Amino acid sequence: MVLMTSFAFADAVLINGAGATFPYPIYSKWFDEYGKANPGTQFNYQSIGSGGGIKQILAKTVAFGATDKPMSDEDLVKNGLFQFPAVMGGILPVVNLPGVQPGTMKLDADVLSDIFLGKITKWSDPRIAALNPGLKIPNWPVTVVHRSDGSGTTYVWTSYLALKSAEWKSKVGANTDVKWPVGQGGKGNDGVAAVVKQTPGSIGYVEYVFAHANKLTHTQLKDHDGQFIQPDFETFQNAAARATFKAPGYSSSLLDQPGKAWPVTSPTYILVYKKQTNADGAAVLAFFDWAFKNGDAAARQLDYIPLPPSAEAAVRAGWAANISLNGKPVYISK
Amino acid sequence: MTALPAKTGGMTRTRPKGASFDPLFLLVCGTAATLLLSALAGIVGSLLIGGWPALSHFKLDFFTSSDWDPVQDIYGGAGPIVGTLITAVLSLALALPIAFGVAVFLVEFCPPVLRRPIGIAVELLAGVPSIVYGMWGLFIFAPLFRDLVEMPLISSAPAGSLQEKIFSGIPNGSGILAASIILSVMILPYIAATLRELFLTVPAKVRESAYGVGCTTMEVIWSVTLPYVRRSAIGAVMLGLGRALGETMAVTFIIGNSHAFPKGLFDGGSTIASTIANEFAEASSDMHTSALIALGFVLFVITFAVLAIARALLGAPKHG
Repeated sequence: MVLMTSFAFADAVLINGAGATFPYPIYSKWFDEYGKANPGTQFNYQSIGSGGGIKQILAKTVAFGATDKPMSDEDLVKNGLFQFPAVMGGILPVVNLPGVQPGTMKLDADVLSDIFLGKITKWSDPRIAALNPGLKIPNWPVTVVHRSDGSGTTYVWTSYLALKSAEWKSKVGANTDVKWPVGQGGKGNDGVAAVVKQTPGSIGYVEYVFAHANKLTHTQLKDHDGQFIQPDFETFQNAAARATFKAPGYSSSLLDQPGKAWPVTSPTYILVYKKQTNADGAAVLAFFDWAFKNGDAAARQLDYIPLPPSAEAAVRAGWAANISLNGKPVYISK
Repeated sequence: MTALPAKTGGMTRTRPKGASFDPLFLLVCGTAATLLLSALAGIVGSLLIGGWPALSHFKLDFFTSSDWDPVQDIYGGAGPIVGTLITAVLSLALALPIAFGVAVFLVEFCPPVLRRPIGIAVELLAGVPSIVYGMWGLFIFAPLFRDLVEMPLISSAPAGSLQEKIFSGIPNGSGILAASIILSVMILPYIAATLRELFLTVPAKVRESAYGVGCTTMEVIWSVTLPYVRRSAIGAVMLGLGRALGETMAVTFIIGNSHAFPKGLFDGGSTIASTIANEFAEASSDMHTSALIALGFVLFVITFAVLAIARALLGAPKHG
């Protein structure tokens, strides 16, 4: 028995992946659990950023790439890549205002984009007061805190602002890094959290897990239906439920969805080649198949949102139809 | 020596054993030197080639504009270039007096028992990894700096005064001045150690003669030691400057990371190194990557110029 186990380890297949930093914690947790159940496969994931993940998969140095910003349909076709969502996350505005408790301040997209455009410079602004009758807000100058490094979080955040504000769309736009009209940059979610913590009167945006871990003061946001809602598991899941993952890109914007859905929610994606040249592709799909089946609890524990069952079914069907090795499908749906 | 014949008759000259290895030795050493030089040339070349699309597309704008817009694919590097120069010069201005004091104390005043511990402490400062300075700067230094320096200076400034202009910015402990202070701590040990070595090269009899004619310690330092090592000391300072120019992680954590020209000492800024560290992994287009590589090329040129000046001064005759 011992001999067989050690033999299996010696024979373990090593699968390399690289890309987005945002899903790194959940991927490593899944790798760990999967590795215990399947000692024959080991994963090595380098969280070098979405841009790096795309470069690595294009250079064919990894079996899969991971990115927060979905690749466009044309690029997918041009490079023969298949893209699918793996897990989702929520992004929230956080503020540092003495006397304002977490979850009490209400903001909407108009006010948010004007704050990030540098048009609202004082917390005593009448538009903020109008959204927050009865809330005592100190009259501090507004300091905007953004990511200094290129990041998928910034892509989702600026996409939301661009979706809701024509002025943001024309003046700044949406990308992993933009020309910020005002504010200071912090490196990584940690950096933004630290700068917000240290700057009275500041407002920034972080992934849910970092707001949680750093005990930052999050705000409510006005959803698609005009209701103010809290960022929590329920509102994230309501957003996730609206996802329609369809061929060819399987990307779906979850921004500003109806039905009590947190307006800044986003999937993160995996890229694999449609025409596989070795058994690595099958191992990657087997892993994500396992993760969809068994990984939900771990995802929730780390403040990620698992894909809804309908989305998982769509992705599995996509695998079966698109990914092949020597002309034979790599994944056969059960 | 007696083995060598005085007259060159028909006798064969005996050569020492192993002399035939000399050409091989020369080849090995020569290869090592050439390898290093070609690596250097390769780096310069690839930086130039990689940065060329951005340099040729934006031309002079790359150096004069601070418009850095990854969405529109427009890149002007003036913000990071100016930020690099400002933080390097400021940190040098802060570190130099202290480094000078440390070096003079160690050479002139320090009781021999303390000389080693202080020397080691200074060298330990040089061994602290850059990222540690960055984390310490952001989480420990910045809040203290905000409460003890920034807030008092900002709130005490009369409206419209010069003080208000110089110390404008976001009072949160990070920014140009905070980054310069962290940098100065990082370059201090280099300058202090080099200055101390230089001071020790002043012949004892010169200094003692000065003491002999009744000079005070301060007079000896100003009129004998310093003039004696003047040129080399400038070289030592330039070495510190070279390190300040290229420092990356510590600066990235605390400089505030905004691409525009800083408006005041407390305002956020960026340096070339911090910009590259922040954006390279997620550069969104080929032009973005190229602009970052071009910035790297600019930094290389600046650093190379500084180090070349330092070498020229260090190598010059001591009695400058």
